[in-house]
Amino acid sequence: MTDHLSPTELERNARAVLDSIGNRNLSVKERLSIPMQEMPVQDPTERIGNMDEVALGYSDAQVRVESMRCLQCATAPCVKGCPVSIDIPRFIAKAAEGDYAASVAVIKESSMLPAICGRVCPQESQCQLTCTVGKSLKDIDKAVNIGRIERYVADWESRNHVRKNPAVAPPSGKKVAVVGSGPASMTAAADLRRAGHEVFMFEALHKAGGVLVYGIPEFRLPKRIVQEELDALHAMGVRIERNFLVGRTAKIHDLMEREGFDAIFLGTGAGLPKFLDVEGENLIGVFSANEYLTRSNLMRAYDKMRAGTPLYDSKRVAVFGGGNVAMDAARTALRLGAEEVTIIYRRTDEEMPARREEVLHAKEEGVRFLFLHAPLRIIGDEKGRVSHVELITCELGEPDASGRRSPVEVPGTEALHPYDTVIVAIGNASNPLIEKTTKGLDVNRRGNIIVDEQTCATSMEGVYAGGDIVLGAATVILAMGQGRKAAKAMNAYLEHKGERV
Amino acid sequence: MFTILEKQKLSAEVFRMKLLAPNIARERRAGQFVIIQQGGEYAERIPLTIADADSSEGSITIVFQAVGEGTHRLATLEPGQAIENVLGPLGQPTHIEHYGKVVCVGGGVGVAPMHPIAQAMKQAGNEVKIIIGARNRDLVILEHEMSLIASELIVCTDDGSYGRKALVTEPLKELCESWKPDLVVAIGPPVMMKFCTLTTKPFGVPTIVSLNTIMIDGTGMCGGCRVSINGRTKFVCVDGPEFDAFAVDWDNLLMRLGTYRPQEQVAHHRCHIGLEIKEGEA
Repeated sequence: MTDHLSPTELERNARAVLDSIGNRNLSVKERLSIPMQEMPVQDPTERIGNMDEVALGYSDAQVRVESMRCLQCATAPCVKGCPVSIDIPRFIAKAAEGDYAASVAVIKESSMLPAICGRVCPQESQCQLTCTVGKSLKDIDKAVNIGRIERYVADWESRNHVRKNPAVAPPSGKKVAVVGSGPASMTAAADLRRAGHEVFMFEALHKAGGVLVYGIPEFRLPKRIVQEELDALHAMGVRIERNFLVGRTAKIHDLMEREGFDAIFLGTGAGLPKFLDVEGENLIGVFSANEYLTRSNLMRAYDKMRAGTPLYDSKRVAVFGGGNVAMDAARTALRLGAEEVTIIYRRTDEEMPARREEVLHAKEEGVRFLFLHAPLRIIGDEKGRVSHVELITCELGEPDASGRRSPVEVPGTEALHPYDTVIVAIGNASNPLIEKTTKGLDVNRRGNIIVDEQTCATSMEGVYAGGDIVLGAATVILAMGQGRKAAKAMNAYLEHKGERV
Repeated sequence: MFTILEKQKLSAEVFRMKLLAPNIARERRAGQFVIIQQGGEYAERIPLTIADADSSEGSITIVFQAVGEGTHRLATLEPGQAIENVLGPLGQPTHIEHYGKVVCVGGGVGVAPMHPIAQAMKQAGNEVKIIIGARNRDLVILEHEMSLIASELIVCTDDGSYGRKALVTEPLKELCESWKPDLVVAIGPPVMMKFCTLTTKPFGVPTIVSLNTIMIDGTGMCGGCRVSINGRTKFVCVDGPEFDAFAVDWDNLLMRLGTYRPQEQVAHHRCHIGLEIKEGEA
């Protein structure tokens, strides 16, 4: 099924390329003929038996060879494809020279979290989508692997303990609350703290990190990487208050009026899982992907001997959805011992929103895919445990509002399929808690907080918002971009706040 | 960290703890709950109702029965020690108003969260009658506290070792017939709440129950706590914990509570070994 080369072979091949190049200046043609560097990965048969990271990261020779593939083209379409406009050609040029410290410094001018984004960003639909190398080779899969290079230089910095925290300006006398501790909040907190404000980050769970900790599995984003970012915030002087649910433990108005916060950033994420709305969805063995992943990730239930939080014993698992969360849930289920895991999606391979790499990894690991099928009802046994799912076949019809062709059910194709577990990964609605407890905060029909596009300012003075609570379901990098944008506007707001009073 | 100020053993396996938690103490209302996580990163999160709070002292009181690994571990802590994680107050507060005549039914450890509700109901001008039920004499809790609120207090035990030998539904039915309450609030084991519902329904007495389901985060994120209310899926953590008893799909609720029964039995045995607690003792 897989034809991956071992990390040793990949390193040997890259070393040979590097030796053949020597100190020569490369022509465009030569650069285009350098073989694309494959990401070394754990062998699929081994990795489904552990929770360790699947992608192992480039070697030194590999990162240099891959960086040399970059043409340093004048148009740099990659930068336009990056939601936070990282100066991609410049960081790649530094990596090609082997100057990783300079390389990571370039990234950090624009992005706070390169070790995380290098791993979870959908580069193939952002920076790499328009890469000139990919275009020249007429294959977007042959674009320069920008994300892998980013990951390497970020990991290099951490591995060599040369990470420098951003300088913090002298105390501004202003106090700011950041609600939530996911990627939007982490970025906002860092940028606000840099400006010298006192920053308190409020997290409801007992562990900070948001979706990076409860949602994304260890095998895709090791928790230690998130922890390093949180440690860096702590070292900068950001106070991280866990076990604090804004809206319940204190309301927004309390924070501003009673606790003296001068401004608030809301990065609470998309918090309310959607279900299928079919008969039987409350049977035993039906889980939201949030619950399934939270048990395994946050509560560490995968360690069955040590964890207090139990896991459901599954043999045949059906996962509904076609996004990254569906891939994460399916791959987690395999690692937790399920014998057969099937991702069931209403459309086809083409329309799946998941990253191609995640789909590929899932396939390598033995996850099955059943396209063009939709659930009609979930059926339980006499004890109320899931025994079957009734599915109906679909055909693709006309494109819908999102531009994707919508599935149309084909009458007469209903059939029962045996499953004992159903995981629903069809997205989240927004959690109404803050909206309901905050007078004057405007939200749209879907419950997402309405913000000014340029500043992320909400309808309440001094209150800003970003990430999934604004965007619906988005990516880590978009959340981060909003956190950054909001912090910039907040810093400007706070600079002038005293003057008006 | 949340320091334990006081600890009392209320019965063989029920403990009362007063914790320093000023933020929660200030905000909480009768009917709300907290989630506790104690014992390192592998420990589970446990929802527990808030039995009492003192905002001037900054304390909340929890009452819990040592039934699973997490609650057993909690029971080993002493005053002066601290609980690592306490999140709250969670859920919607009880809707308190002047109904007239209110019957409060508390079963087992459910008597503890009933206490602040009964108190608030009385303060709102209601006449409150209280029924306490327990398996046996040793498990009867808060009898004295409840007697200070109730115009009539009825204690029942399953085995007749104390008070009346009856299930709580017997006196509840009698009160529905003779006293004609305007509202019944029932908190206790789900089976008890189900049968309270079946008891009050023929009399048409509005009945409220407080549900304690499987739950992880308690903020609406996981959906593990979902229940079927009038055929619609609701989350206990954000829409509850209190619901109109007649709208609850009890069979589904009872079934879902059994999701992890096989695993829980193994874990319970393991924690008795790990914490050196003898079987049969908390």
